[in-house]
Amino acid sequence: MSTSLLNNRAFVLASAAASLLLAGLGLALLWIPEVEGDPAFPIFYLHVPVALTAYACFGWGAWKALRLLWLDENRYDLESYTAIHMGVIFGILTLVTGSIWAKFTWGQWWVWSSRQLVLFLVLFLFYAAYFMLRYSTDPGPRRARMSAVYALFGVVLIPVSFLAIRLAEDVIHPGPIVTSREGPQMTGDLFFVFCVSFAGMLALAAALYTNELTGKRLDSSLRELRESLE
Amino acid sequence: MTRAETFVTAAYLVFLAVVLLYVVIYAFKLTRLEREVTELAELARERKQRRAA
Repeated sequence: MSTSLLNNRAFVLASAAASLLLAGLGLALLWIPEVEGDPAFPIFYLHVPVALTAYACFGWGAWKALRLLWLDENRYDLESYTAIHMGVIFGILTLVTGSIWAKFTWGQWWVWSSRQLVLFLVLFLFYAAYFMLRYSTDPGPRRARMSAVYALFGVVLIPVSFLAIRLAEDVIHPGPIVTSREGPQMTGDLFFVFCVSFAGMLALAAALYTNELTGKRLDSSLRELRESLE
Repeated sequence: MTRAETFVTAAYLVFLAVVLLYVVIYAFKLTRLEREVTELAELARERKQRRAA
């Protein structure tokens, strides 16, 4: 795909992300009445979409890794790497926004006894280690395959982390109010604002992914050009 | 501002700060790519001149 086409797509996605995120923030602060028992509930519209987007990025990275191993096409290596890069950024945001909400609600930044928090941290650290593996190996097909296998191993942790919300015996972290089996455990208004914020977050991730991928492809092409010129 | 409002503002500001930091890092990367393109264009021009001579 040409760079200009990618840039147009990035512009549309970035505009959609900005509009949806601003709309979500405005609705959360001005339209939704204060949730009883948790005056800091507007953080929900940031923290949960960010966490779900991190899972989506890791899942997308694993899908691209699978495509690489299956079809043996080198372009999937860069796509998988970029998706995991985005996943780690959203992972950092999940941990930070979650900690701020936790400090207000529970009085602590972090609770080690909460399986869900620890499992998310494990998932995050696993993918953070992906970069160490990637940069400790010389570029080439071997590195691409190793990174792909690692990305696929990591994706196993996503359902575990997701299930931890349901299986966790600790009561400190809220249960699955969005992805509950009985449907969303919130009023229609709250769910609507959540959907707007989540769509905005996905659009933001897609815009960042498209930009980052363009940059990485340019970088790679320039390296090849330099090698052929020198 | 209430205590809850402070925490909500902090969460949204952290989010904004991380996105802005990403944009700044990306701007540095673009500057580096631009410099590399200029260097390669210079290299290609020198080669062309050498071949013509």
